[in-house]
Amino acid sequence: MEKASGRTFSKPNEESKKEDAVLIELIKKGDFTAFERLVHKYESRIYNHCLKFLNSQEDAEDILQETFLQVHRSLESFRGDSAFSTWLFKIATNGCLMRIRKKKKVDLVSIDKPIDFDGSLLQREIVDWSKNPSLMHGNDEIRHVLDKIISQLPEDKRFVLILKDVEGFSNMEISHILGMTVAAVKSRLHRARLIMRDALTKYFDGTLEPARIGKDENEM
Amino acid sequence: MRCEEIFARLGDYIDKELDPHICSEIEEHIKDCEPCVAFINTLRKTVELFKGAGTEEEKIPKPVSSNLMQFLKEQIDSAAD
Repeated sequence: MEKASGRTFSKPNEESKKEDAVLIELIKKGDFTAFERLVHKYESRIYNHCLKFLNSQEDAEDILQETFLQVHRSLESFRGDSAFSTWLFKIATNGCLMRIRKKKKVDLVSIDKPIDFDGSLLQREIVDWSKNPSLMHGNDEIRHVLDKIISQLPEDKRFVLILKDVEGFSNMEISHILGMTVAAVKSRLHRARLIMRDALTKYFDGTLEPARIGKDENEM
Repeated sequence: MRCEEIFARLGDYIDKELDPHICSEIEEHIKDCEPCVAFINTLRKTVELFKGAGTEEEKIPKPVSSNLMQFLKEQIDSAAD
């Protein structure tokens, strides 16, 4: 995993892009060692990416394998119009979407409808919990709460939220990865953040206990 | 600008992707609107917390990595035969 300023590296820097380009040229010439290096460079990111979407180690491992196999098979057609990492995440994300559709028979495309800003989330009595002392970085309970809330988000919003706020892709890149408009990306992102904020507000005012998160499907 | 209009633009505002003119309007509004300030603070904190949750990404388990390389070698070798 690459690091920059103590943060997990998300967006590809120029050095990383050049390294990818060199490895890709070697792989196209049949150099399997170069492919191994490329796999090792991205395998943790892709595995964790799949794990966040699928909530299953077995499914995440399957999609991880399918992703890199598809990369190897399709690399000849990779023209470099977008960064390799964007192309790689598009393959992995599509793999996750296919797996979710197969398992849950959820038609994600049908979710593409206007976001309802009916004001139901905007209550007039708003408690500002942003400076709550328990929000110290590394708080295990908060981390647990966040993980649970994220895992309960509807797939279309979870995908956008993870690609934007964890992986650091731009709205344009996410629209390319997920095959939706930038406006659709923005509306899903906004809605996802509102759901997260609402759940955290319930947690801080004591109406949402960590143990209950995930047990009530209607929470989200 | 009304609270509801600000509410719809908060994503872009937090991501600093908003037109500077609209940004100024929001900042003018929130000078006198405590609920909006609280909402923005908590939404911003939510995003920060979530971004923070991704900073300690775990390394792939060794068996998963080993299985991956074995799978790829087998598939690529069989395709070459």
